[in-house]
Parts: sequence; C-alpha cells; structure tokens
Amino acid sequence: MRQIDPDFLALPLRRLADAALQRARDLGAEHASFRLERVRAETLRLFDARLEGSSDADDLGFAVRVIKDGTWGFASGIELTAEAAARAAEEAVRVAAVSAPINREPVGLAPEPVYDDVTWVSAYDVDPFDVPLADKTALLAEWSSGPLGRADHVSASLMQVKEQKFYADSAGTVTTQQRVRLHPVVTAMKTDGDRFDDMRTLAPPVGRGYEYLTGAGWDFPAELAELPDLLDEKLKAPSVEAGRYDLVVDPSNLWLTIHESIGHATELDRALGYEAAYAGTSFATFDQLGSLHYGSPVMNVTGDRTVEHGLATVGWDDEGVAGQSFDIVREGTLVGYQLDRRMALLKGLGRSNGCAFADSPGHMPIQRMANVSLQPAPDGPSSEELISRVERGVYILGDKSWSIDMQRYNFQFTGQRFYRIENGRLAGQLRDVAYQATTTDFWRSMEAVGGPGTYVLGGAFNCGKGQPGQVAPVSHGAPAALFRGVRILNTVQEGGK
Amino acid sequence: MSDHLSDGVSSGVTTPQETVERALALSEADGCVVIVDEGSTANLRFAGNTLTTNGVARSSRLTVISVVGAGVGVVSRSAVRDGQLADVVAAADRAAREARPSEDARPLVEADAAGSAGAGWDRPVEPTSIDVFGEFAPALGEAFAAADASGRKLYGFAEHIVTSTFVGSSTGLRLRHDQPTGRLELNAKSADLARSAWTGVSTRDFADVDVAALDATLTRRLDWAKRRIDLEPGRYETVLPPTAVSDLMIYLYWSSGARDAADGRTVFSRPGGGTRVGERLSPHPISLYSDPAHAGIACTPFVVAHASGREQSVFDNGMPLGRTEWISDGTLANLVQTRHSAELTGLAATPQIDNLVMEGPAGGRSLEEMVASTERGLLLTCLWYIREVDPQSLLLTGLTRDGVYLVENGEVVGEVNNFRFNESPVDLLGRLTEVGASVPTLPREWGDWFNRAVMPPVRVPDFNMSTVSQAS
Repeated sequence: MRQIDPDFLALPLRRLADAALQRARDLGAEHASFRLERVRAETLRLFDARLEGSSDADDLGFAVRVIKDGTWGFASGIELTAEAAARAAEEAVRVAAVSAPINREPVGLAPEPVYDDVTWVSAYDVDPFDVPLADKTALLAEWSSGPLGRADHVSASLMQVKEQKFYADSAGTVTTQQRVRLHPVVTAMKTDGDRFDDMRTLAPPVGRGYEYLTGAGWDFPAELAELPDLLDEKLKAPSVEAGRYDLVVDPSNLWLTIHESIGHATELDRALGYEAAYAGTSFATFDQLGSLHYGSPVMNVTGDRTVEHGLATVGWDDEGVAGQSFDIVREGTLVGYQLDRRMALLKGLGRSNGCAFADSPGHMPIQRMANVSLQPAPDGPSSEELISRVERGVYILGDKSWSIDMQRYNFQFTGQRFYRIENGRLAGQLRDVAYQATTTDFWRSMEAVGGPGTYVLGGAFNCGKGQPGQVAPVSHGAPAALFRGVRILNTVQEGGK
Repeated sequence: MSDHLSDGVSSGVTTPQETVERALALSEADGCVVIVDEGSTANLRFAGNTLTTNGVARSSRLTVISVVGAGVGVVSRSAVRDGQLADVVAAADRAAREARPSEDARPLVEADAAGSAGAGWDRPVEPTSIDVFGEFAPALGEAFAAADASGRKLYGFAEHIVTSTFVGSSTGLRLRHDQPTGRLELNAKSADLARSAWTGVSTRDFADVDVAALDATLTRRLDWAKRRIDLEPGRYETVLPPTAVSDLMIYLYWSSGARDAADGRTVFSRPGGGTRVGERLSPHPISLYSDPAHAGIACTPFVVAHASGREQSVFDNGMPLGRTEWISDGTLANLVQTRHSAELTGLAATPQIDNLVMEGPAGGRSLEEMVASTERGLLLTCLWYIREVDPQSLLLTGLTRDGVYLVENGEVVGEVNNFRFNESPVDLLGRLTEVGASVPTLPREWGDWFNRAVMPPVRVPDFNMSTVSQAS
C-alpha cells in the first residue's frame, strides 16, 4: 500500500489545526473543524498527435468551519501559519454572526465516533505525477497515430488529480488521506461527404494510478484498434425511426442514467429543498422513504464510499465520518438517502452515511454523491443473452449528451454507439438516437439486469452541485440491463429537419 | 517539487506585482509570461426562509508560462511563498525545455502592442468580505419574515467575488485588471412547493440590489400560477425573456470556436470545408457582440490564458481586446480565434471576451409590451439543464423552469406545466418574429461561469416543446 507523500505530511497540519480549533473554542463555537488540503491537477491535450496544451495546477489552503449559536460560519485561508489559521477561525465566527439574522433552523450534527490520527490512501501503484510529462505525451501521441491514423482527426487527453486532505475537529477526530484518479480520453473524428461524426473511447475515469494506461483495468490498444471501423460504420448507419423500443443498455451508458435519475434524486439535501433554487429538488420526497415504487423488483441500488478504485471512495468524509456502504433502493423500493451529519440528525436517521465533501479548501463541505451503483443479478445473464430476448430494440453503448429536469422526473440521453436489435441479434449501427423517459417509468420498465460478468464501474470527474459551484468525482457501477418500451427520438427530426 | 512551506521560517508575503517581477527575473527560458490571480469571495445561501451555508474565502494563484523555442511549460501553484517561487519558475522552465513543440507557438505579445489596456499596475488589491452583505442580509431577513407571514418560502444565493489579475511578461507587459462579480438569485415557492418563480440580478457591489422589489415580482408570478392549465407537448408561440435568451446565446458563443468550425465539427462549419463566416443567420438586423468596455458589464480588456487549448493560446496573453461582432446585421461575422487559428482559417484574430450583448433593431419593445401584444402564446421564466444533442446543428435540449405562463389576448391567464425542449439557437435566429429591447440580465443556467450579459426578449413562433416534464 502506498503512503501519503512526505511533503504533504511535512506541512504544519496539526499546528494550524490546533490554533484554529482553540480560537474557535475561545470564541464560543459549539463545534469547529479544520481542513487543510492540496489538490493537484494536471491536464494534457493532444490534437492529431501534436501537443495542443497542458497545465499543471494545484490548490493549497485551509478551511475553518464553525457552528456558533446554531449558525454555520465558514472561512478559508491560504497563508499556512498558525496566526492565519486563528484569524480564519475568527472570520468564520464573524460570518456566523452576520448570517444569524437569516438563520431560522439551528444546526446540529449527528454523532460519530472519534477517529484519532488515522490515515488512508487510495488503491494505486504508480503515482501519475511521478511519470515524466514527456512520457505521457509520447503515449498519447502513439495512441493517436496508430490505427486511428485512418480518422480525419484524433484528439487525446489525460486528466490526473492527486487529492490530499488533513481534517481535525473539536471532538478529537484527526484524519489524513491521499487519493489519485485519472481519466484518459481518445476521440476519433471523420467526415463522409457532408456527414461528420466522432466516437470516443469508453474507458471510464478511475481511482487508479498510471498503471491504468499501461494495462491494469483496461485494454486501451484493443479499444483504440476498434474505433476506426466502428466510426466508419456509424457514418454510414441509417437514421433511427422514432418510436418505442426495447433497450439493452450497456454499463458504459447506464452509469450516467443512474447518476442523474438515482444518484442525484436520492440526495437528502435535494429532497429537503436545500438545492431547490439551483440544482433542484427530488421527486423522491422524504415522506416516501420506505414506500416509493422506484423501479422493478430486479432493481437494487447501493451507495458506498468504499469500493476499490471508486472515484467517491474515501476513508473518512469531510465531516470525519467513516466511509460506509448502504442500501438506497431494495427490490425496487426507496429505502435510503445519501446523508451528511446535519441532515442525519435533522431527520432522526441516526448516523450519517458519510457523504460530506468539499472540492477545495475554499469551499464548505456539502452533501455529495457516494458511488451509487445498480447491482447485478448473482446468476444474471450476459449482454448477449439480454439482447437475445429482444425482438425489436436498440443496444446502447457509451455516454454523450444528458439532461434531466430539476426534480429528476424527465430525462433525455444519447450515447456513443447504437445498434439495431432485430429478432434477438444486433443488426448494424443506427444514428441520431436519443432516449427520453420519466425516471420511475424507466426503472419500472427494467425487466432484467445482467450478471456480474457485465458489471463495470463507470463515472465522472465533474459532477456539479451547490452554490458556490463545486465539482466532485464519482463512480457508478452497473450491469447491462434490459428495458421494455422506452421512447426513442430521432434527434434530426427534433431539430425540425 | 520541494515542500510548499516550512512553518515559521517563511520570509513574508510579497505583493502580486513583486511576485511577477521576481518570477520574470528568475526565469531562464527564452520567454516568460507570469500571471497572478488574487481572489476573494463572500457568499450566503438560503432555503425555505433560512440560511443553509455561507462563507468567505481567499485565493492566490501564480501561473508561470515558460517558452523555450516552440516548447512551452505551464505551472500553476496556489499560495506560493517567497521561498517557493524559484521552484515554480524552474519547474515551468524545465517543462518548456522538455516539451514537444506547441503548434500555437508565436512571439509573445510586446508591451507596445498591448496599448493602454490594463492600467493601474501599482495599486494594492482590495478584496471583498462578508461586510459586502452588511445591508443586504438584514433586508433579506425582512423578506424572509414577509414570506413567512404570507405562506411563501424563499430560496437562493448571494455571492460577491473580486478577482485582481496581473499579467507580466519578458516582453515588457505589465497589465492589471480588477473584476468585481456579484449576483443574487431569488426563488420563491408556495408553501406546498407546487408553484415556483425565479428572478436574478447581476451586481458589482450589492448596493443596487432591491430585495423587496425582486420579492414583489416573485409574489406576482406566484399569483399568476394559482390557475393551472395542462398543455400537451408541441410547437408553441413562445416569448423568451432575456435570461433565457442569454443562456441560449452563451451556448452559441461557446460553440463558436474557429478551429472546430474549420475542422468540420460544428454548426459554423461550411459543408465541403471552411467556416460559415459571412453567411446570413437571421433575416433580422441582429447583432451579437462582446465589448470589454460595455457600460455595466465591463470585463478584462486583454487576453488572459492560463493554458492553451482549442480557443485560447498562452502566447496571446496580453493581446488587447475591443468590441468584437460575432453576428453583425444578422450575418456571422467572426468566430473565436487565437492568432494561431486565425492563420489556419485566414480570418481575423478575435479572442474570447467575458461578456455578451445581443441587440435587435432599434425601437424594440419591452418584455411586458411583447406579452401585451401576444394573442396566444407561452411566456417562459428561464431555461435549465441545457445540453448539446448535436454539435453540427447545435441542437440543444433542456427544460423550462420556475414558471411557464399561458398568455391570451395580452394577459397572463395561468401557469402551464414544464416542458423539455429541443431547439438550436442558430436555427432560432432564423425563425424569430420579434426581437425586443435589450436589458442587463443574469443567465440562469450559465451564471456561475458567465455573469455579464445584455439580452433582449424574443418571440419564437414555433418553439419545440418536445415532452412534458412533471417537475414544478
């Protein structure tokens, strides 16, 4: 197991924490937490195997959050001295005072055991920041100019992030963590007559190290070799006829539908209205916990912050709560929400399930998404077996466009590849496909989920939520799944053409 | 990289101006650009007539862009202290020496080419603080009390940001810009959450924000919504208010990269090759332009590029920006360009600018006047969750939100259900039947990233409401 980088541990973590927490106590705060973090991000972009741009940036700073007279106060700083940490505590208390006139709901936190000086590091072998930029550029250039040379243009990018967090609170919890994630993407582009299209790799972003690009967890050479032929076929494919079809959805597409229609819909802050003016609320209101018929009986959805290589996986969250796994939908019924400590106490749910996260030292933790995953059937079918059950349908792979309304009812998704299914067999690609549904109608139409052999962990780096806006990385596991009678749109016709 | 800090032995905090000078002096590259961004923010967030989160934050980011031959190295670090400056510059120099040639490599911008933009180099940074809400917060508290008394709930967000940007270069650039950015978003709901209305304003300092007046607007709209009318999906005559127009036009603007157009990838690609610059997009004399000096929405008057990409180049840092017409008299006039892409496309170098203005013919009517002249149609409040479905037509999908009102014989007669739409803003330009008077507006969806817009209300005879959304 890798260790936390010495240069992060050499920062004056405890000295600043002690100064901030003591000042908060002296000023009468009921609760205080201190978080110092460094987030380093490197992005590399090539176009037609030539370097288009690169950046290497970090975000280093600390934050103090207090509860004073039942009101939150938050302040962050960038000067890593004990004096600045104490000043931030004073500022956080001042923010609470200015905010008090508009606070009518005293803040409390659900209890959590104290974790005294614990550490956690995500599962990876090779720190991508230890790999020379020239080597990474050369690999992306090689990927861009191999079989993909048949395309008109090829773009290739690699995003890498290392997140290091130190957390301490007035209850005595002290945690130090480090995690690494990366996302390589290669897109081939081609024009055939007046018709342009592109297709990108389905390789998901992962909580792994550079070994992901060299063979661990994904076969990039094999996927890249397939892309040119797949793109050629897509360019010549017929336009879909709009109507209702049975769908077999690959996990490379279904993860995003899970994210939007289950992940966000089962965030309790949304259900309680905290996001009402921005990200929105949820049709899955709190009064329906335990009774909402979310989907078919084969629908079992979990949330976790524990799965290996998951993008939302941590040891402890940003309120000092240990990572956990929990049920959200069991046999089609809503049975749980994603929580932070405030909401867990407010709604009498006992302990938080550890979903507080801040994306940077300058932002306050809010309830963010766990790895929300649709579980496979233990003896479930393969993708081919699911396809064999369809007389007239569409098989969908890869994500592309997505949109869902502010209560998570109505959604519309496209994808990377669509295949016509005729009499249980794939019958060539289709173009111009989008699927549109109401969340509960869609999940209730799920007739079968695939077995563990179809299960893949997808995800994204850039889930957005909150004001000020924050981004969070999150994974979603999914098997292939079969849905009956879903509305398919022809996107060209939708555009009035 | 060495440690960021050894506590207690730091040598003090230098000013951003000193940091720029020292970094430039330390660089051993052929050329160097140094950018320092000093940021401060204060915010209040509320839901259901009570505070939910708040905060103040400071940030300081140093970006060193080193150039060796055609290679470029870019390193950005936050909270850099004196003792670490040499390491950051050395890392950028090293990255430049090891880099493959950058295709956008051009001579760095010379000081005399920058003109008079970005003056005031020596002034100290003046950050914002929680005190910017000193008068606003009590006024909001009063609005909460009034809402409680009348059975309404208020939700929203108030944010104030001040960013001071310093750009220096080995070619003599010393440019500085101070950008205040503020906004209030206010959302009112009925007690049962079945009715919802929204409004928002951009502001530079919150001194001009009248909470009571905004709340009164929302109260009126909630009253409109007391009569509910269900409509089927279909194409409807629709009046889009300025905020909805801004979200569509900002997406169009973000999609107007010349490089992608020339590569055949976008709605601005000409079939057979090249771009559609010079092609008429609308029968109306519509202008879509950006202008760093536009009153009320002034923005950075020179290029600030922290990394190169499809639509920006680090080599262009410091290029002066002036009024740029993207659409002129209904015709596509310019696309977003770097100096590099301008050479590829044979068009003028027209970098992206951080504000956007749309204007129709003189004498355009207000939103209220347009509603009053509507025989039967829909009046939207705003659009939400706008995403691209097809880049080649710029078909966008999204939702209506916080109030879709049915207008009959010039009067709002009730609220209808929300819809999912599928529309292309480029196609809409060709179908508009009326363009109203332009006013400052806050983009509802893109306001986090694009805050400065002046837009008209528009009338579309056949807006495509693809399906009904149950959301309220």
